[in-house]
Amino acid sequence: MAERSSGIRFDRVSVAYGGGGARTVALDSLDLTVEPGEVMALLGPSGSGKTTALRAVAGFVRPTSGRVLIGERDVTDLPPHKRGIGMVVQQYALFPHMRVEDNVAFGMKAQKVPKGEIPGRVAEALELTGMAAYAKRYPRELSGGQQQRVAIARALAIRPGVLLLDEPLSALDAQLRSGMLAELARLHRELPDVSILYVTHDQVEALTLADRITVMDRARLQDVGTPQDLYRRPRTEFTASFVGNANLLPVTVGSGEKGTVSFGQAELKVPTQDVAAGATATLCVRPHLVGLGDGPNSLTGEVAEVQWRGSTHRLFVDVDGHRVKADLRELREPPALGERVTVHFAPEDAVLLAAGVAEDG
Amino acid sequence: MASTTLTAPVETTAKTRTKTPSWVWSLPPVAALAVVFLYPLYLVVEQSLRPDTGGTSLQPYADVFASSAFREALGTTVWLAVGSTAGCLVLGFVLALVIAFVPFPGGKAVAKFIDVFLSFPSFLITLALLFVYGQVGMANGLWTDVTGAASGPFQFLATPWGVLLAEITYFTPFVMRPLLAAFSQVDTAQLEVASSLGARPARIVRQVILPEALPALAAGGSLVLVMCLNEFGIVLFTGAKGVTTLPMLVYGKAILESDYPGACVVAVVNVAISVGLYGLYRVVSRRVGA
Repeated sequence: MAERSSGIRFDRVSVAYGGGGARTVALDSLDLTVEPGEVMALLGPSGSGKTTALRAVAGFVRPTSGRVLIGERDVTDLPPHKRGIGMVVQQYALFPHMRVEDNVAFGMKAQKVPKGEIPGRVAEALELTGMAAYAKRYPRELSGGQQQRVAIARALAIRPGVLLLDEPLSALDAQLRSGMLAELARLHRELPDVSILYVTHDQVEALTLADRITVMDRARLQDVGTPQDLYRRPRTEFTASFVGNANLLPVTVGSGEKGTVSFGQAELKVPTQDVAAGATATLCVRPHLVGLGDGPNSLTGEVAEVQWRGSTHRLFVDVDGHRVKADLRELREPPALGERVTVHFAPEDAVLLAAGVAEDG
Repeated sequence: MASTTLTAPVETTAKTRTKTPSWVWSLPPVAALAVVFLYPLYLVVEQSLRPDTGGTSLQPYADVFASSAFREALGTTVWLAVGSTAGCLVLGFVLALVIAFVPFPGGKAVAKFIDVFLSFPSFLITLALLFVYGQVGMANGLWTDVTGAASGPFQFLATPWGVLLAEITYFTPFVMRPLLAAFSQVDTAQLEVASSLGARPARIVRQVILPEALPALAAGGSLVLVMCLNEFGIVLFTGAKGVTTLPMLVYGKAILESDYPGACVVAVVNVAISVGLYGLYRVVSRRVGA
């Protein structure tokens, strides 16, 4: 359906508001390339700069410095209507006075697509999103999920090379969100040439959908990589905690045997990394990789909290003043609060983060 | 025992409530309305049916409708009202659009000033226009100073065009106020998405903003239309001698000619036109879903 395949390039893009002492940097020297046909998720908390980055591509934010390129075209100074991108936003932004088919046709009419061609393309876009049966309805007659499908159809109908999705599932309930995630994944399989920039604060959406994830915080790029890389081998503490809510334990790299760190009184074995002996570092272990009982890297502490989550239990264990989280398959007899337990993790499941890599990417 | 004590008053209250129909509560305001508004209106209608010769007949209506002064005033009133309303709608829409969607320093202050402007009396605006465009106003004074001519070129204020200008100047904020409220409800994401889909600003205004502003535009327009039909102060203050509207005709017949039946006939016609146009507005606005 897409007419052309275009990537996106942020070339040291900065965005700042205000001046003098009141100057606020919303995006700080973003250097990032989204390959043609790639799904790139911009993941970060509120105020991290991810939406500003998306709006810079759309043309609603003028970079203070740097360039934005779509394909080979520098679009930094182009008005939004000349950029040829599709955009879907959190609140759908359907035109309430237009029927579904008119909403979908809007972009094509604006772009002066030959009249004879429009009905066919509207039908095609609605078919693609499973909304063909609702063409004559008004947005108010649709559910939230259906409205979002129409918004996606409207964006795809203009056959954009680049699709911008700004928290598209945030307004949906959990069940609908899960269904729409699968729909978006299917859409991308059917439209492999469309590059997608997907802004979200939800790590599940990013991990599920993205070919690569860019983690952002405080207006800066913190980390970029495939979902598996970021999850299994985060480079920064921020990535480790934001993607997957990892245990982050302050450790000191041992001076004796290589691949050993000390955490309180415990000596722990970790994968060999290029961190100087005696240096302080952060050990990252995912909660679901922590087991209950003795094992290779054992830590003993007091149970501070037990949460039942249906198929799993989450244990919070206080070890030497630090709280360790463990996600365990549902326990028949979970430990009581205050009970002393031992947890463990395999050396290969831990990642050692050198100090200084933490926040400045 | 305790339960008896507790339930008894509740039952009494319930009985008391069912004894007093709810329509009874509407009687006091209806009665007040009847005394201060409907009764005087009835007197006007009654007077319009009582010719000077005595009795009750439609003769005053026949006399008034037959007079060319009435037909002229009716025509002038309608074209001035329609013209002013059209001008207010166009100007008000453009100004509200700029204030709402084009960020500029002082934009919020201008929006606030619109509210203040609504409280101004209509003659004040006309007086201000007289200072600027009147025969001895600033514009003509500047012209005569510069050219040495005996009089300036701005002589339109005492013509229907002067009344039109004054009415548009005065009533435009009445269109802007509901429009600004409507524009503040427009989801800016819709405008951004429309733009990203390739729509230029003119198309966004035409196809996204205007349809959503239609109810507000209709509300402001109908209000201005009715106010223009009944406007008296502006026509009087411009001193446009050749411009006679229905309210001016009522004034002339009642005060200058002491023709009360004739004045009441014109007043009834004026009220009928206003109510008719309001009814039309309600029908149209219901059809467009306003």
